[in-house]
Amino acid sequence: MTTRTSATAGSGQGTLSPDSFSRSTLTHLQRLEAESIHIMREVVANAENPVMLYSVGKDSACMLHLAKKAFYPAPPPFPLLHVDTTWKFKAMYDLRDKAAKDAGMELLVHHNPEAMEKGINPFDHGSLHTDMWKTEGLKQALTKYNFDVAFGGARRDEEKSRAKERVFSFRTANHRWDPKNQRPELWKLYNTRKAKGESIRVFPISNWTELDIWQYIHLEGIEIVPLYFSAPRPTVERNGLLIMVDDERFPLQPGETPVMRSIRFRTLGCYPLTGAVESEAQTLPEVIQEMLLTTTSERQGRAIDHDQSASMEKKKQEGYF
Amino acid sequence: MTAEMNAGSQDPVYVTDALIAEDIDAYLLKHQHKTMLRFITCGSVDDGKSTLIGRLLYDTKMIFEDQLASLEHDSKAVGTQGGDIDFALLVDGLAAEREQGITIDVAYRFFATDKRKFIVADTPGHEQYTRNMVTGASTADLAVILIDARQGVLTQTRRHSYLVQLLGIRNVVLAINKMDLVGYSQERFYEIVKDYSHFAQQIGMESFLPIPISGLKGDNIAARSAGMPWYQGPTLLQHLEEAPVNDARMQDYAFRMPVQWVNRPNLDFRGFAGQIGTGTVRPGDAIRVLPSGKTTTVKQIVAYGGNLDQAVAGQSVTLTFADEIDCSRGDVIVQADEPCEVADQFEATLVWMDEHAMLPGRPYLLKIGTQTVTATVTEPKYEVNVNTLEHLASKTLGLNAIGVVNISTDRAIPFESYGVNPDLGGFILIDRMTNATVAAGMIHFALRRSQNIHWQAVDVNREAHAALKNQKAAVVWFTGLSGSGKSTIANLVEKKLHALGKHTFLLDGDNVRHGLNRDLGFTDADRVENIRRVGEVAKLMTDAGLIVLTAFISPFRSERRMVRDLMAQGEFLEVFVDTPLDVAEARDVKGLYKKARAGQLKNFTGIDSPYEAPELADVTVNTVELSAEEAAERIVEAILAR
Repeated sequence: MTTRTSATAGSGQGTLSPDSFSRSTLTHLQRLEAESIHIMREVVANAENPVMLYSVGKDSACMLHLAKKAFYPAPPPFPLLHVDTTWKFKAMYDLRDKAAKDAGMELLVHHNPEAMEKGINPFDHGSLHTDMWKTEGLKQALTKYNFDVAFGGARRDEEKSRAKERVFSFRTANHRWDPKNQRPELWKLYNTRKAKGESIRVFPISNWTELDIWQYIHLEGIEIVPLYFSAPRPTVERNGLLIMVDDERFPLQPGETPVMRSIRFRTLGCYPLTGAVESEAQTLPEVIQEMLLTTTSERQGRAIDHDQSASMEKKKQEGYF
Repeated sequence: MTAEMNAGSQDPVYVTDALIAEDIDAYLLKHQHKTMLRFITCGSVDDGKSTLIGRLLYDTKMIFEDQLASLEHDSKAVGTQGGDIDFALLVDGLAAEREQGITIDVAYRFFATDKRKFIVADTPGHEQYTRNMVTGASTADLAVILIDARQGVLTQTRRHSYLVQLLGIRNVVLAINKMDLVGYSQERFYEIVKDYSHFAQQIGMESFLPIPISGLKGDNIAARSAGMPWYQGPTLLQHLEEAPVNDARMQDYAFRMPVQWVNRPNLDFRGFAGQIGTGTVRPGDAIRVLPSGKTTTVKQIVAYGGNLDQAVAGQSVTLTFADEIDCSRGDVIVQADEPCEVADQFEATLVWMDEHAMLPGRPYLLKIGTQTVTATVTEPKYEVNVNTLEHLASKTLGLNAIGVVNISTDRAIPFESYGVNPDLGGFILIDRMTNATVAAGMIHFALRRSQNIHWQAVDVNREAHAALKNQKAAVVWFTGLSGSGKSTIANLVEKKLHALGKHTFLLDGDNVRHGLNRDLGFTDADRVENIRRVGEVAKLMTDAGLIVLTAFISPFRSERRMVRDLMAQGEFLEVFVDTPLDVAEARDVKGLYKKARAGQLKNFTGIDSPYEAPELADVTVNTVELSAEEAAERIVEAILAR
């Protein structure tokens, strides 16, 4: 990363440290942090073979940081799994490898061999791209390594149907989610028992909002992909979305030339599917400022949600995270 | 624009902090000190819960333009507000329930103001979903109970209030909604408040805050209502920002931390990870590991980025110990001089959450703190009708039923009463075959003390209690045959002491058998237990500084001796009410001797069960020689002469 994060790293250290506690109420970030750590430890104490799904976005960065805190001085006792589509931003691959190394964790990268063979891409295959690389890819990886619990960085505030998702979400042997058959979660007593073949998706940052994530990243000096900060980048406009031309695979239309625009991303995914926003926010405080003053929701930049209001729920039932 | 001008309009009224635009660093610094409040909204199907939550999100600017556009579109298509914005659509999530128009599960929503972050548990008002409400209430600091101003207090209102009370939520808001539909009537508001107060008292709710609102119009949500100038209290949002959160209260209690996981990265490090339930901890603190009872001191509070000098309730930490003592997942680390109880039999309230009814005697898994043990449940002592609060006889508990049961676990576990510490008093039951969470439970107390009994040290001790009453505590134990005049004399003694300004209490044999000891008969074993219990109760009362008078036949020397031994030196006065059998039988005030002689009463003292007269009573009064009045006078003298 550039000087931006090192600057915030300096200011961030220690705000959740001892001096801020006396006989006073914990702050919202302290409570959220403690809850997430509690959840992660419950998993590690009970699971046979847990894994953390790592998508390199800001939520994943936050979750990874919490895991480091939860198990310190030991490294988090599970590997990171990236279900890759081969279409992520270059900058994401760079940070992914560095973050795993810094945390002292094994990094597993899975590519759906079938999608690889068929050359599935977001330009020619539409929603099949997400289905095959992500939904199918995830199921393949979980089955291949025999993981019984997978941490995911989903938040309840992201989308209406996620508001009802449990922290511990049970999947059948076929990785399907049944919204009618989830266990009640009382106090902080998570029932982690499962039948043979069943697996659990666990969402330790369920109760964090986008603003909480940003504030925590700021406070703790967590390293994130530079794409979250504004810089001049080559872009084209497609279907009302500003798309960054991240590599030579991008099929330009006849006569179309990428235009340099000062842009950044509020959310990161496959680069051809992720809309940028024009912005001058070059530091974390500026990003947070922009986010607080903005008038559109976070997921709007993702092409995947535009089909219908309940699309995310359908994807989830099929096994998409 | 002032808040008042906005009342009743549909513009967001919560003013965003100007610092965001002017000085984002200052804003961030300020917001790092926000606290968090978790609350639950409960109400009946049409009380307007979803509308209220939608309104809170809208008024605190949690709704973005794209969401608003989609909301406006949906409001026209499926809305129930005649094309106007239907706030309920903001929060109704799953496709199935959107089509049915009902909420079918617990949903968590988030919003924030400049002072606080809020997590709302949105729980359904449907009859069959007690389980969801209990789930939502288990993590809440506060409850908002909604009432439709047109309907008033309904059966469901009572049920929700009872559940809120059962889960120990101390901060209750009674949101009387749809005030716009009753012409913002002050009379109607007070009428409902009066109704509800009556009910709140019945269920032991200590206090509640009534607020007249309209979720639809936004009255008294974020902005004061222009239509209800007669209401002077806080708006709902103001109250939510200022209400106390639980973790502050939990910090003042003794230290307890269930061990989640033992951190052993190498042979040189052994840390105990967990979330502190109550109290505070510092390096050097003396702690005890339960159930083993082993003690040591805290060496370090290990944390990423630097060890801590102190940690408090609610934080997830890792502790290391000065000594190598056994400690593993499920154990509870407690303050050494103030440990919690350890027991294997409990009385508890259960909320049944599974379609398969409870089976008394079947082993379930019980998870409490970080420990999972095997437990069996007895037949319910009673089931509670959540609508009428009546106690019903029942052989089992079905889905959504609530009842009181005894539970025994396969090993002793550290615990506390739920009312004192939900962290060590709340538990879940898991079916061993299906792995379903079948019940939520709340421990009342242990039925049997196991070997690890640790007394709580109390600051206001027995001396302090007695000193405040300006007297010396005592148990004045009247013994004698049935009909000897024990009760009559004891009653006179109490009257005289009372007139002298002494704080007394009379424990009468017949009265105690109606309540505390109603399960005991008159066999020798039961008589012994009868006296043991009365002795324990009397002792507690002397701890409270009272002069306790007891009137029991108490025929056996050994039991009177047992009670004497319970009490502090000089605080036990044995009064022998000496009436010969023939005199007592001739008086036969209750007609009992006649029945006993006729063989209708078994084990009657003096007839077919022995009476062992005291060998060395502190006071002996012969009722043949003395009148009751004279006897009482003599006893009072003896009490005061100590």
